[in-house]
Amino acid sequence: MTSSMLNLPTSIPWLTILGVVPLVGSVVVLLLPRARETMAKQVALAFSLVTLVLTVVLALGFDAASSAPFQFAEKYEWIASLGISYSVGVDGIGLVLIALATILVPIVMLSGWNDVAPGTTGRGTVKGYFALMLALETCMVGVFAATDVFLFYVFFEVMLIPTFFLIGRFGGAQRAYASVKFLIYSLVGGLLMLAALIGLYVVSADVLGQGTFDFMQLVGIDIDPGTEKLLFLGFFIAFAIKAPLWPFHTWLPDAAREATPATAVLLIGVLDKVGTFGMIRYLLPIFPSASQWFAPLVIAMAVIGIIYGALVALGQSDMKRLFAYSSMSHFGFIALGIFVFTSQGMSGSVFYMIAHGLATAALFIVGGYLMSRRGGSSLISDYGGVAKVAPILGGFFMFAALSALALPALAPFVGEFLVLLGTFERYIVIAVIATIGIVLSAAYALRLYQKTMTGPVAPGIDGMKDLGGREFTSLFPVFALTLVLGVIPGIALNVINPAVDRTLTTVGLTDPQPVLTGTEGGQP
Amino acid sequence: MEVTTAAGGAFAYLWLLIGFPLAGAAILLFGGKRTNRWGHYVGTLAVVASAAYAVILLLALMGRSPEERTVVQHIADWIFINKFSASIALQLDQLSMVFVLLITIVGSLIHVYSIGYMKDDPDRRRFFGFLNLFVAAMLLLVLADNYLLLYAGWEGVGLASFLLIGFWQHKNSAAAAAKKAFVMNRIGDVGMSLGIMLIFVTFGSVTFSTVFDQAGEASDTTMTWIGLLLLLAACGKSAQFPLQAWLLDAMEGPTPVSALIHAATMVTAGVYLIVRSGPIFDQTIVASTVVVIIGTITMFLGAFIGSAKDEIKKALAGSTMSQIGYMILAAGLGPVGYVFAIFHLLTHGVFKANLFLGAGSVMHGMKNRENMRRYGALRAAMIVTWLSFMAATFAIMGIPPFSGFWSKDDIIHAAFEHNIIIGICAILAAGFTGFYMTRMLVMTFFGKARWEDDQHPHESPPVMTIPLIILGIGSIFTGIGLLFWGNIETWLEPVTGFETRELAIPAIVLEGITLLVVLVGAAVAIAMYRRSVAVEAPKGNVLVRAARNSMYDDAINDTIAVRPTYWLSRSLVWADRSVIDGIVGGSAAFVGGLSGRMRRLQSGFARSYALAMLGGAILVVVVMLLVRLP
Amino acid sequence: MSPSAYVVLAAILFTLGSVGVLVRRNAIVMFMSVEMMLNACNLAFVAFARMNGNLDGQVVAFFVMVVAAAEVVVGLAIIVTIFRTRRSASVDEPNLLKY
Repeated sequence: MTSSMLNLPTSIPWLTILGVVPLVGSVVVLLLPRARETMAKQVALAFSLVTLVLTVVLALGFDAASSAPFQFAEKYEWIASLGISYSVGVDGIGLVLIALATILVPIVMLSGWNDVAPGTTGRGTVKGYFALMLALETCMVGVFAATDVFLFYVFFEVMLIPTFFLIGRFGGAQRAYASVKFLIYSLVGGLLMLAALIGLYVVSADVLGQGTFDFMQLVGIDIDPGTEKLLFLGFFIAFAIKAPLWPFHTWLPDAAREATPATAVLLIGVLDKVGTFGMIRYLLPIFPSASQWFAPLVIAMAVIGIIYGALVALGQSDMKRLFAYSSMSHFGFIALGIFVFTSQGMSGSVFYMIAHGLATAALFIVGGYLMSRRGGSSLISDYGGVAKVAPILGGFFMFAALSALALPALAPFVGEFLVLLGTFERYIVIAVIATIGIVLSAAYALRLYQKTMTGPVAPGIDGMKDLGGREFTSLFPVFALTLVLGVIPGIALNVINPAVDRTLTTVGLTDPQPVLTGTEGGQP
Repeated sequence: MEVTTAAGGAFAYLWLLIGFPLAGAAILLFGGKRTNRWGHYVGTLAVVASAAYAVILLLALMGRSPEERTVVQHIADWIFINKFSASIALQLDQLSMVFVLLITIVGSLIHVYSIGYMKDDPDRRRFFGFLNLFVAAMLLLVLADNYLLLYAGWEGVGLASFLLIGFWQHKNSAAAAAKKAFVMNRIGDVGMSLGIMLIFVTFGSVTFSTVFDQAGEASDTTMTWIGLLLLLAACGKSAQFPLQAWLLDAMEGPTPVSALIHAATMVTAGVYLIVRSGPIFDQTIVASTVVVIIGTITMFLGAFIGSAKDEIKKALAGSTMSQIGYMILAAGLGPVGYVFAIFHLLTHGVFKANLFLGAGSVMHGMKNRENMRRYGALRAAMIVTWLSFMAATFAIMGIPPFSGFWSKDDIIHAAFEHNIIIGICAILAAGFTGFYMTRMLVMTFFGKARWEDDQHPHESPPVMTIPLIILGIGSIFTGIGLLFWGNIETWLEPVTGFETRELAIPAIVLEGITLLVVLVGAAVAIAMYRRSVAVEAPKGNVLVRAARNSMYDDAINDTIAVRPTYWLSRSLVWADRSVIDGIVGGSAAFVGGLSGRMRRLQSGFARSYALAMLGGAILVVVVMLLVRLP
Repeated sequence: MSPSAYVVLAAILFTLGSVGVLVRRNAIVMFMSVEMMLNACNLAFVAFARMNGNLDGQVVAFFVMVVAAAEVVVGLAIIVTIFRTRRSASVDEPNLLKY
């Protein structure tokens, strides 16, 4: 195990800088004259790339072997009387998710380069679109870096604002309906979370003598079991809506259908991970016994989600809704891995979050390119034989379908297999049911590929242009990363595993032993 | 006890075996149109290079003592979390060596052949890219040193077969067949996944050596479950009952693909898996019995189908099912049969490649039509194809001294040792083989010409006939060569174990009976098809119609799996819209309706507002008077 | 005179004022009724201040006066504007501010 590759000076507030850079970018983009559209795009892209470089520096400076729970930690008083502070820091889980966010932002900017153009629906300006994305990036960094529960809540809610406008101003025909539905769903969850947050504060005031929102102090405090369950539910429903778990998912297909592909990638690829991230970071350590008490319920929801999402995806006639339901199925896997309380399951979940972010990006971006060539239609029946006409587009579509069905050597496989393995260690029947999902995912992914890409060339497809340079450039990193993470997942697992082990230790559970104990478990 | 050595010397570049074809695939698939002109040479060269290296490795392996012939090369860590760890590591031993040789050598011949066969296809480069991918995935499958990496190769094979079966993707039938193959394989993969998980939970490792060392310590039930799950996986990949339906549709791919799938790669993977997992199956009588039963059922199923199909490739596909059934049967017999399963797999790999490439050569000369009722008397037009096809036909029928005789006879022998009923079944199936192969030979090359008017049959170019000649010679001599010169039994013994039991009947009698049954089958076929073959297929009896429809496998699958799934899917789509989203939308509508009512209170009359205020104030006062707050 | 008499007077004035607000249509009269209620409150405040012997109530009374004066300024301005446009000071007519 290596320690960090770069020794970064600790006096610099790295995470704050990381969060502020896109925010500054957002303001700069907004201040540009409205007519300078290309300039706005370039400036926005430049800022997102700077953020990406900073993330890489941070990742190199991260010490996977460190015993400190959070690195790059900062803490400043905010509302001292309520025990609220601005405190940030990352563990391995937060780091990889921040990396995912900062990698995807420049990619979606490039893919959404011409999303706002004359003739497209939506009423926003170009600079508004890109400024909102940068603002969203700040929120994403903040929400994954926060180590104060209140600060997390603030980012959790503030995130809704740019997302709401991204869907509501730049989306398709039904964008108003979709954005309001998304907002209200999220606000209901947020409200419950706020209530639970206040409850948690009151409890902490009782237990610790002085109320606090500081995560490290809240871990392991002794809560009355009944109260703990209620508080758990408050947080859990918020996360389940965000994730989204069955049956809180119905906002997702509408939002995915109406949002631009770029927004959809950020929404499903990154924002929704806040739900599952929150489960690992907050639910398990703060409410360990309630988590175990509710685990059967959550596992049931997750397994239903896996099968249900896949089956509904199989029956979709609309491509974007299909993507959304397939994501729902994958979120079932992620939640399942978290609540089986094994290190394989949970590491698999975290890894799957990253892999799913990339897979979603591939699906929506390549799907977006396809649809933009056919007047924005997302009906599967409008397509056929595309791979013959546009082979590169077809190749990337194939790749996206393969990552959706979790082919080995692609990143999602690692996550999916580990989740299933982790589940199998504790609940064999659940694992068997969940494994059926891999047949269904093959069925819907290949059905989509078959209907759109193969067969006789459909009317309106003839003469379709293949991918251009910009489009290729935006897809290639996704492809390369998915492949690299599928073949050498160690680069992420190295960072994730210690954080997962720490989380499981706070819950107080260890992995089940193999049946034949006293045997060596392979090479370390 | 075997000794595992780290890769060194000639073995230091073990990964190149996979590296060559993988690099070939990468160059061809990512290189784009630039590589169109010379792409097929790169593809062929990549596999030939692997084959050459494989031969070097074989010589190096033979130079070692039998106990030291297991070489492991650790390349990288792959997935590791606490106790779980699966590496990217290759293991070359006697078993994987013979597979590597089969895959690369037969694969090379198929590549060479494809240069000619796909000459006029605008996508020839892509085709070679996929072929290379197929070979690379299959090599990964047989070289993996743990179950998870084997699984990666396993799925890679599935992907490559998907791409190749659907290669002529503009045809809806090809695209559907490709999807069907992948999805049915995935059903098998459920077994594979769960099997790997159960192995890990039981042994705490997925590495072959660790697992097999402890195989005797686990409980019978566990071992039975592992065995059955692995068998499910094998059924998917090897097209065994009940997951056999994809194999016949897979004929939608170009003919060299069928040769590759049926001879060197893909369908042999299931046999490999079972033989490789021998130490597990040895522990469980239940699972290995099920293996034998599945093998026997498929052996007959394939034979039936092969006897009735009129399309030459589909008839051959039926024969593959049947022959793989033989191998699975043999593999289920335990150490008595492992060696013969592999032996038959090797000889079959050669003569089945020969048969498919021969069929491809025939179709090449017949404008890609494959209805044998429209063939006939082709022996004059294509002499090389005819002769090599005939060699392979004799080989698969088990006529001495052609290669199939040695391997099939051994299986029948082993089956008799195990159980007399299984033995009789194996002999009967051999009779079927005699029937359908002779039928194919007679309908295609003998009798009267029944060609459509526009047909001008011609022999294929040398780039296609040379591989046929090589394979034809192989069909004659592989059996003898492997048995007497190669000592296949002693070669494989350290890995698979080997034992023989004395039989009540002398071997020579058994051989005689088998040969007699085969010849009876052949005679029936000659009697039926020698003189006249109807151009339109006769209606036939129930059994013939069923066999022609592949025993209604599609209808059965549709009824028990496909249609219920789609029905469920449609119902859930409806339920999602109306029930779940209905509750959400309903609560929104409820709040909206309520507020619609409530706003009526805002009448706009200032005095009614004032009255309401007064009422409210009085209410507050009354409440304060009645409820004394503490 | 006992302070309770002042309180009773304040109650009577307040009731008169509230009845006036409820039954009269003329905005000016309603306005005057509101003033009457405010002054009833003032009277009660002052009376209670006297009864309790501290000045808090008187201070509040001054506040009320200030608020009432401000209210008159805004309110009369609105009434005059409405009267100009509609030639009427009835409060029932301008009912545009409804649902």
